[in-house]
Amino acid sequence: MTPVSLAPPLPPTSVPQLDKDGLFPLWEQMVLIRRVEEMAAKAYTERKILGFCHLYIGQESVAVGAAAACRPEDRWITGYREHGQAMAKGVTPRAMMAELFGKRTGASRGLGGSMHIFDKNVHFMGGYGIVGAQCALGTGVAWSLKHLKTGAVCLCWFGDGAANQGAFFESMCLAQLYKLPIVFVCENNFYAMGTSVERSSAVIDMSVRGLGVGMAREQFEGFDVEHVRNRMSAAIEHARSGQGPVIVEVMTYRHRGHSMSDPAKYRKPGELEERKQNSDPISITEERLRGFGVTDAEMEAVRERVEVIAKDAYEFADASLPPDPADLYAYTYAPASS
Amino acid sequence: MAMIAMREALRQAMVEEMRRDPTVFLMGEEVADYDGAYKVSQGMLAEFGPDRVVDTPIAETGFAGLGVGAAMAGMRPIIEFMTFNFSLVAFDQVINSAAKVYQMSAGQYPCPVVFRGPNGHAENLAAQHSTSVDSLYAHFPGLKVVCPATPADAKGLLKTAIRDNNPVVFLESELMYGWKGEVPDGEHLVPFGVADLKREGTDLTLISWGKPVHTCLKAADELAKEGISAQVLDLRSLRPLDHDAIFNAVAKTHRVVVVQEGHLFAGVAAEISARIMESCFDLLDAPVLRVCNRDVPEPYATILEKLVVIDPERIVTAARRVIGRA
Repeated sequence: MTPVSLAPPLPPTSVPQLDKDGLFPLWEQMVLIRRVEEMAAKAYTERKILGFCHLYIGQESVAVGAAAACRPEDRWITGYREHGQAMAKGVTPRAMMAELFGKRTGASRGLGGSMHIFDKNVHFMGGYGIVGAQCALGTGVAWSLKHLKTGAVCLCWFGDGAANQGAFFESMCLAQLYKLPIVFVCENNFYAMGTSVERSSAVIDMSVRGLGVGMAREQFEGFDVEHVRNRMSAAIEHARSGQGPVIVEVMTYRHRGHSMSDPAKYRKPGELEERKQNSDPISITEERLRGFGVTDAEMEAVRERVEVIAKDAYEFADASLPPDPADLYAYTYAPASS
Repeated sequence: MAMIAMREALRQAMVEEMRRDPTVFLMGEEVADYDGAYKVSQGMLAEFGPDRVVDTPIAETGFAGLGVGAAMAGMRPIIEFMTFNFSLVAFDQVINSAAKVYQMSAGQYPCPVVFRGPNGHAENLAAQHSTSVDSLYAHFPGLKVVCPATPADAKGLLKTAIRDNNPVVFLESELMYGWKGEVPDGEHLVPFGVADLKREGTDLTLISWGKPVHTCLKAADELAKEGISAQVLDLRSLRPLDHDAIFNAVAKTHRVVVVQEGHLFAGVAAEISARIMESCFDLLDAPVLRVCNRDVPEPYATILEKLVVIDPERIVTAARRVIGRA
């Protein structure tokens, strides 16, 4: 028997620091995601978006920072709060909004909705609605990435709530045993629906769960998009190198309720305001950009451009046709192999 | 034609497909080093190595989900459940992931995974190792559900399953692994959705699938001694279901007994019975009867177990009733 070995720490960041030109597009991406999400919230209140709708507002730096650390061929698979991740991975605001509207022009042609956005062209392998189940799927994706010798890595996203699920624990066991190229990204936004981390887990550092299987782990704050990009780069490099999986826990915060129907009364008084004040990813990056000499006018120009894109997504979705009822059975079974 | 056991037929199917397609791999508990809990995968590790014949920890949710994800990402996993009782731990992955991802993604991610292993009653295994899951899995669109009764069908259907672009639940039987039958030489594929008339008859049709097909054949022998000519229709797959074969059988014999291992309540037998009523009621000369396991969890003691599972006598009794000789 080999002795128990504690997981190695991730090495320090090897990617160069971002200059103005590197940081600016990340900020723009975050602004876009937030604006599109705000548009989705509006459409939801107009009953143009139905069912469940979980917004990503407040967490933008995590998806955008991770995307900046990935290659296009890397696969992402995630839970149901995936609008921001989908856009960060390359799903267009139009395809995403049209999906939320349940239109045939949507990323999943109106069959998936808010929780099931898929886009094979950008290797976005879906949002899933059974908490933690995607961890096992991501492990399988990583299995194929390894054995088909693709050189790609799977980023498997989940929340602090999913970190209590059996599927997550089993997936860690398997991924570490088989040394799969996967990064388990736990976005800890402090609340599993309405249950705070302290009330749902005896150990509130979710990343230490990796230690039980000898997995490399790290926990860090994710409000600074560049910091996310740096630490995710280290994690992805580790996974890509063949050394096996990594679990990273990114501390973040959602500004909205669990879903559109949640007024989030479980927060401590003043908590949300404090977070918005001190931990808003967009403001943090804005301040850094000002330090680089970016002017208000430059930022305003971006905001105007973003407004056009977000409005266009809304209008495109609104004007698109719903799915053709004749296609109801088109996707139950895949056609036979050739 | 070679006379081989069911386990060997299943192995031939996997080995041939793995030689043919490098993306096929077998994964499950004890499939590699141990040569398979029931020796279905005997020798496969030696031929294909540990990357393609893969032992797992006891983590059914994990490795079933791994199979689904690997299928979505371009490989063709065969996931072995040591028994389908254990698949209930992985039910979420089979139903919510495998059966639905092709539809949720609007066809972007096919999921060509096979879940296979022994299903249903064996002997003296008590309640938790004797479940028949046919009806559970057959309930869900997106899955294909296959249940061979002979080595030839086992081989041909498993090869078809491995090549299929959809998730397939492939139900075997622990008791049948050693049963022998003739298997055609060379490439042998059996399509899904095509039932097989295992015995011709004129007075009534016994409809079944999987292991109870053999119980039906024994019952048909008994009925023949009484001058009753029973035919035995083996459905071979439940999804897709061969409606035409069922319809033709009703049109020919006008009397049907559906024989299903597993519980009677809300089972596939009820589905078949309802379909016959809906589509060819006028062809019936008697109500369709069902013979299923008794409506209790399976007990351990032999004397009780024998009361629960289907035997030829119960089928004969139902057959007599359906032709009015009870």
